[in-house]
Amino acid sequence: MAEPPVEYIKSITRQYAKLGYKPYAWVYNTDAPPWQPLRKPLAQCRVALIASGGIYRHGQTAFHSKDDTSLRLIPTDVRTEDLRTSHFAYDQTDARKDPNVVFPIDTLRGLVREGFIGGLTEHAFTFMGGIYSSRRVREDVAPAITERLKAERADLALLVPV
Amino acid sequence: MTMSSALDITRAVNPPRAIFNDFPLGHTAGKPLDRKLQREIMIETLSAFATMHTPGSIKLLPFEWSADHSWKHAGAGAGDNRTERTEVPMYQTEDDKAAALEGKLAEECIVCSNWSAGAGERGSAP
Repeated sequence: MAEPPVEYIKSITRQYAKLGYKPYAWVYNTDAPPWQPLRKPLAQCRVALIASGGIYRHGQTAFHSKDDTSLRLIPTDVRTEDLRTSHFAYDQTDARKDPNVVFPIDTLRGLVREGFIGGLTEHAFTFMGGIYSSRRVREDVAPAITERLKAERADLALLVPV
Repeated sequence: MTMSSALDITRAVNPPRAIFNDFPLGHTAGKPLDRKLQREIMIETLSAFATMHTPGSIKLLPFEWSADHSWKHAGAGAGDNRTERTEVPMYQTEDDKAAALEGKLAEECIVCSNWSAGAGERGSAP
């Protein structure tokens, strides 16, 4: 029987209280989000993949677990077998078996071949989402990604958190 | 467009467009090696770019992780299973560490905190 979605905010808040941690400052954005209409068919759009599951490629520095606000640029023609994950807060077993569960690069490359989307930006952008400062994400990480999306002329941004 | 497997958190963050895929965390884009499902999830996701017209929309995808929903209770009552947080890079393999130390791909590692200052924006291997 179908069950409602897990209430993560409630359960994590409860867990923090039980462990005696400071309450986690959840982000609540009450303003209307910014909006850009789709201006051309998907088949003509260049898609940028942005993922927070700690994905890096062999040869790159891995992520660390203490508010790592760095980015990795992953060439979108990367060999899937060169992809790795480093993250301290989710079970990486399946991501290491098949990175596509958190970094759907083969999925997107397949849809480019099918002509469903026009193409991919030169790089995908990855970071390690366990950053306990929303200010640093807003002021450091997000502007750095935005800069790159403009430079690589992305039409659509696809964000994949874990 | 944000993909999500945490509906309440995504509602709170309120991105312009989102899809919700009711899977365990760490599987936002599908099940491992299930190419057909991964493709269907992505088609549903990308199609929403053309069909959403209201800022803050969340499209609920029809996929089920399993007929049995016991995974939704798996984490309940568990302690803190996160590892200790340090500034030491967490390599998946020792071989990765050796390759990173060669520093050949250092320019693909961007340190964001100095981004706006423009100085020292390139990361380097440890």
